[in-house]
Amino acid sequence: MRKKVIFKGTLLPWLLLLPQLLITGVFFFWPAGQAIYGSFLREDAFGLSREFVGLENFSDILADPTYLAAGWNTVVFSSAVAFSALGIALFLAVQADKAIRGTNFFKTMLIWPYAVAPAIAAVLWLFMFHPQIGLFGRMINGMGILWDYKLNGGQAMTLVVVAAAWKQVSYNFIFFMAGLQSIPRAVLEAAAIDGARPMRRFWTIIFPLLAPTSFFLLVVNIVYAFFDTFGTIHALTGGGPGQATTTLIYKVYVDGVQNLNFGSSAAQSVILMAIVILLTAVQFRFIERKVHY
Amino acid sequence: MATLTLTSVKKQFAATQVLHGIDLDVADGEMIVVVGASGCGKSTLLRIVAGLETATSGTVRIDGRDVTALEPADRDIAMVFQNYALYPHMSVFENMAYGLKIRGMKPAEIRRRVDEAAQMLEIGPLLDRKPRQLSGGQRQRVAMGRAVVREPKLFLFDEPLSNLDAKLRVQMRAEIRRLQKRLGVTSLFVTHDQVEAMTLGDRLVVMHQGRAAQVASPMEVWGRPADTYVASFIGSPAMNFLAATLEPGGGAAALKAGLTIGFPDGPRAGAAGMPLTLGIRPEHIQLGEGGLDLAVDLVEPLGSETVIHGTINGGEALTVRLPIPAHGIGAVLPVILPWDAFHVFDGSSGRRLEP
Amino acid sequence: MSATMDLEADRLARATLRRNARNRWVAYISLSLGVLIFAFPIWITVVGSTHDVSTIGRGDVPLWFGGEAVANYVSAWLTGGEATRTTRSVPAWVMLWNSLNMAVLIAVGKIAISLLSAYAVVFFSFPGRMVAFWLIFITLMLPVEVRIIPTFEVMVNLGLINTMTGLVVPLIASATATLLFRQFFLTIPDEYVEAAKIDGAGPLRFFKDVVLPLSITNIAALFVILFIYGWNQYLWPLLIVTDRDLETVVVGMTKMIGNGDAQNEWNIIMATAVLAMLPPVAVVVFMQRWFVKGLTETEK
Repeated sequence: MRKKVIFKGTLLPWLLLLPQLLITGVFFFWPAGQAIYGSFLREDAFGLSREFVGLENFSDILADPTYLAAGWNTVVFSSAVAFSALGIALFLAVQADKAIRGTNFFKTMLIWPYAVAPAIAAVLWLFMFHPQIGLFGRMINGMGILWDYKLNGGQAMTLVVVAAAWKQVSYNFIFFMAGLQSIPRAVLEAAAIDGARPMRRFWTIIFPLLAPTSFFLLVVNIVYAFFDTFGTIHALTGGGPGQATTTLIYKVYVDGVQNLNFGSSAAQSVILMAIVILLTAVQFRFIERKVHY
Repeated sequence: MATLTLTSVKKQFAATQVLHGIDLDVADGEMIVVVGASGCGKSTLLRIVAGLETATSGTVRIDGRDVTALEPADRDIAMVFQNYALYPHMSVFENMAYGLKIRGMKPAEIRRRVDEAAQMLEIGPLLDRKPRQLSGGQRQRVAMGRAVVREPKLFLFDEPLSNLDAKLRVQMRAEIRRLQKRLGVTSLFVTHDQVEAMTLGDRLVVMHQGRAAQVASPMEVWGRPADTYVASFIGSPAMNFLAATLEPGGGAAALKAGLTIGFPDGPRAGAAGMPLTLGIRPEHIQLGEGGLDLAVDLVEPLGSETVIHGTINGGEALTVRLPIPAHGIGAVLPVILPWDAFHVFDGSSGRRLEP
Repeated sequence: MSATMDLEADRLARATLRRNARNRWVAYISLSLGVLIFAFPIWITVVGSTHDVSTIGRGDVPLWFGGEAVANYVSAWLTGGEATRTTRSVPAWVMLWNSLNMAVLIAVGKIAISLLSAYAVVFFSFPGRMVAFWLIFITLMLPVEVRIIPTFEVMVNLGLINTMTGLVVPLIASATATLLFRQFFLTIPDEYVEAAKIDGAGPLRFFKDVVLPLSITNIAALFVILFIYGWNQYLWPLLIVTDRDLETVVVGMTKMIGNGDAQNEWNIIMATAVLAMLPPVAVVVFMQRWFVKGLTETEK
């Protein structure tokens, strides 16, 4: 798709592009290149010299049980966040799409958590589930179940999943609402006349027609769970207890910023880049297919 | 196959009264066309029959059964929508089979019915396609097919032809009529197009501002319009209206333009001097001396005939349709208004006045 | 015959009524529950911010407002509470000011450079056009999170650590905003360009007089999204800012929690959390229409 009528000139368009390309070059491509380059190097203990080690950083990482554990944590965390946030959002969107009074009020009340920063969302849930000062934390302990997300890995994971999903429901809700509204009314009416009751209409008409939206959201949610939840984990558990809530992205941060492990961190960055490229490719392949009816 | 009976059906949306009490009796196998300008309530009426809207008051009976409070699913009806409303994710076959599947019909029977309908509508080769792979006309046929396979008590059509181009529209119009006659299914067809209405309906319901202005056969509506609205809505170019007053005795009217018109079919009741509106169709006006002089301001040549717009004495507009070619028409045209071609309407209410 | 039919119809009508009523109830109950789940954490926090420190520290979680609201918010606003062992406290107003600066600068910067580059890519035919487009496009695949360390090194080399410039500039390159504007520009009818050419307008004049005014709603929608994006940044300020005078409120308030000791000044922390949430939430609630438009259109 391109314009038929176009202005001529070479200097002006490049000047217009300059700010964007400059920032992209300095802060995106250069560091990304450095990461790739650095992933083949190893720094000595004092940070004085670097030597070329080939793929050793990668093989070290992939043999490192803590890295594999972080990978597994990421899978568990991402799928739990994505599926719960998608399921709840879809359910609520279908309810809010019904012709009932007050839907606008409900919509506003369900949309605003989008504006809450992931880190703040974490803090809000911390206030509720803190074992000493949190309402529910104390309640659970009062029921005789030992609750302390700072000591119990499973509980820590549950809490970060809840805090991360809580915030993402709003986003999914907005898209599911838009998706529902883009289904032509007449199609649903035709189904009603064909004899389909609401439940059947949902599963045979609405749900399949929402498939493109759902798939798009699935990718977005996975990306969110991978990258944007750094703040949630950092503010809530700091990756602990032990490594129970350390995801891949959190590990890059810990190894690079705290442990100053240059080569390993660079190799981890490269692996993450590959994951993002994969996800983006999947998403775009699908967008091309999107005109699927 | 069934009858349809509407009894004082009213509909109110918030403060707006959309339907002011519609009564209608549709006989078994009859094709009724509901026609009117946009916003007259015709679609609302159809949707109330379908069960997609609920009437504020009044009853809807299909085959004698009161269905007013029932969902569409319980009414045994089929509907063809303006935008076809095909299920985009299903193949043509699945689109047609959907309603049958929901009713728990056996796959073999579904196959048989769909194949039969597809053959009748000549869409057999398209059964595996998705709606997006079809042309407008093909989609239209699939929408029809979806209605046909159901073998419902009632067909409902919501302006199904308005998205087709002119040529296809004429073709599909004839096909719908043939199909409906062949299947003999009672039908309600909504349109804003008067030609569609005239050609399709056994009877027409002309709607105006939420009321049924006239319910009658197409020729009756054309020949004896119930009021000035119906008279102007049906027929093209539209009927001319001339202001007049009733002469003493009621046997004639004095036109504002200075001519006196006698009523050959008998006198009208009313006081002398009562305001009247006299209507005459453009095609009924003839060329000739001894009538009025038409000051021509626009000539529209249509080939074998010509439509002429002008004004008569007193400044009223008059449109004339003559079966002659356009050339040689001067600035002033002498026209004759035959007495027996006039429709007489009450000048204030617009209702038709019979002798 | 007709009597049994009417009986049957009556039964169906009742079933319909029942089903509709049930449907409505399900909707109301689940939506209310949803609203509750979303609102409750905020409620606890807002209520908590109006009590004194010992009430919360004891674990007597209050469900209704206390009398310390003014004291807590004044203290949070002016001093940021007591310093902890590891960090000195920063007044909330300083952090809010930093966040506001960062959010506005990021939003404006992203919009400005994206408008320019989208304009160049769509309305000009020049050598390297597709290369430029792809260079911008690829950055979609390089979020900050995956290139933390090398980007940090670049920042150190450029001397941008602990500066507002360092906080803002690297974040204003935007593939999504560029793609959005490109998408929108492609819908501007060619006739406009032709008309402008006939009227003798050059590319810059066409941009100023036609393209910019047409883009206003898109710009507004995008601003809302980007403001929230900027305000909620976490990892980047955490890395770039060590000078607490430049602390943004989202990072600053989580630092106040430290290890989450029960002895924290929870009331002040909660007051700061409320202050940190308020601006972006207000933007979403009051500009809901723009916000929804911006969100659903940028992501297409």
